[in-house]
Amino acid sequence: MATKSNTKYTLQRRKVVHRILEGRGDAAVVTGIGNAVHDVASANDDPKNMYLAGIMGGAAMVAFGVALAQPKRRILVITGDGELLAGIGSLATIGVEQPKNLSIIVIDNQAYGATGNQHTHTGRGVDLVGIAAASGFKKTALITTNAELQAELPRIHNKPGPYLAVVKVMSKSSARIDAPKDGTYVSRRFRAAVTGESA
Amino acid sequence: MARKKKTDWSKDVFKVLKKADVQQIAYVPDAGHTSLIKMAIADNVIKPVSLTSEQEGVAVLSGAWLGGEAGALLMQSSGVGNVINMLGMANECRFPLLMLVTMRGEWGEFNPWQVPMGQATEGVLEASGVIVHRVDEPSEIAETVEAAAKLAFEGGRMVAVLIGQRVVGFKDWTK
Amino acid sequence: MAARRKITLDRRKVVANILKDRGDLLLVTGLGAPTWDAASVEDNPNNFYLWGGMGGAVLTGLGLALAQPQRRVLVLTGDGEMLMGVGGLATVAVQKPSNLAIGILDNQRYGETGMQETHTEHGVDLAAMASGAGFQTTSTVYNAAELKTAIPMLYNTPGPVFVDVKVTAEDQPMILPPRDGPTLKHRFRENLLGSI
Ligand SMILES: Cc1ncc(C[n+]2csc(CCOP(=O)(O)OP(=O)(O)O)c2C)c(N)n1
Ligand SMILES: [Mg+2]
Repeated sequence: MATKSNTKYTLQRRKVVHRILEGRGDAAVVTGIGNAVHDVASANDDPKNMYLAGIMGGAAMVAFGVALAQPKRRILVITGDGELLAGIGSLATIGVEQPKNLSIIVIDNQAYGATGNQHTHTGRGVDLVGIAAASGFKKTALITTNAELQAELPRIHNKPGPYLAVVKVMSKSSARIDAPKDGTYVSRRFRAAVTGESA
Repeated sequence: MARKKKTDWSKDVFKVLKKADVQQIAYVPDAGHTSLIKMAIADNVIKPVSLTSEQEGVAVLSGAWLGGEAGALLMQSSGVGNVINMLGMANECRFPLLMLVTMRGEWGEFNPWQVPMGQATEGVLEASGVIVHRVDEPSEIAETVEAAAKLAFEGGRMVAVLIGQRVVGFKDWTK
Repeated sequence: MAARRKITLDRRKVVANILKDRGDLLLVTGLGAPTWDAASVEDNPNNFYLWGGMGGAVLTGLGLALAQPQRRVLVLTGDGEMLMGVGGLATVAVQKPSNLAIGILDNQRYGETGMQETHTEHGVDLAAMASGAGFQTTSTVYNAAELKTAIPMLYNTPGPVFVDVKVTAEDQPMILPPRDGPTLKHRFRENLLGSI
């Protein structure tokens, strides 16, 4: 059980997300609600980003649907611990389906950062990596340092999944970088970018 | 009173879904969907996705559509209670969403616990912006699903077909 | 992922065994077959049966356990029901109720709706999920000997305790307890609190 307080973690969430997205190639990215939206938008507003600014608990399954429909493309989920916990049963559904092209990155600040930093379960003994492994994820990782992040990049981007990594980060959040908010716009743009059809 | 046959309409509904090019069928089981689920699993194009909770289904079909595929979500009326928040996404993004809901808590219901959600189903769907087609006549189910699929996939809307408990049949609790 | 072993246990016998010396145990059952199983042993006023609210059995048990810290609370439910509210395991583990035990009658099927396979048929390991959620005591039971070891855990080991009992996927006759919600509630509270 990891009960370490998040003050001990040193990774900065935005740097982590930027580092991951540098190597994204033609990957599609689905973000969960919360600071993950800002983290991803601040890297680059790519048309292959689907920002979910609602539906807490839904990011992994949205990405799973894309992964089924786009089996040749890597699909990355960048989401928070609270968001993933709200739809944790999805891990079992994904574990059963075994999409090879899906990687889930949990930016774990052990808090509901977007609503005032209330504790989530992950700072109090809940081990998302263990739950993912119990759900049938082939590869999982707990990342707490830059070196560990670096070592996991090939699995995040290229190796067969389903893959889940929990990245423990400092609780401090960075400046808001808003993504386009209109869902119809973002989703049409995304669909056109990944299917090659017009929006 | 005997339960009306389920397979008759299920086969026709399945044909309609195939014709609408549905490629993902997500579900939490209901007895009323038994044969549809079996056909979805047996089909070699359709990807059947068994869910832990109905809310996952709205998300997975949103993703399916983002990735260029159409899908359908099968559930019983109690599952509608689980999907409400997730419908916000389909509504905001105007994702097509086709839901086939078998009703409980109405015609001949034996279990009082099914009644509150069954009675609220149509109202909460409509309050959430879903267009509701209700059907109580077995011979009209397939054409209703066909119309709903068109409205969903071509009209770009959330559409639910509520299949009345009168058609699905109720459990024979006496055996 | 769970190792595959032969499943032989009969759910009715498992439940009869668990409830044989129940003492003043408070029991919450998940909808469907677990409720019929409990009723097949006896209809006890210390039973609260869910006839709906799929995904809610464990959290109903948590609320009860927090309200009645001196009493042992057992939740018996199905794998499908458990999976629908599996996030509840994390919520339970964070609360650490020492008087709460959870027993899953895991037939790897949605028995009630036509025996469709659940995720546990495909390797999802509920006991490992519970342990990931932070449960200190978890176990998966495949045979009578393992059940014998697990039953005292359900009653005596400081909770939260999680036991996944693998049972065969056979339809059993339905044995229906009372289903009127207010009746069940009043009976349970009156028996427990002396008033409704
Ligand atoms: C929200 C919701 N979705 C679906 C159902 C339909 N349903 C009732 S019982 C059941 C299966 C329960 O399976 P499990 O908990 O494994 O019990 P078993 O009968 O297999 O012992 C389902 C899917 C429901 N009652 N509520
Ligand atoms: Mg079961």
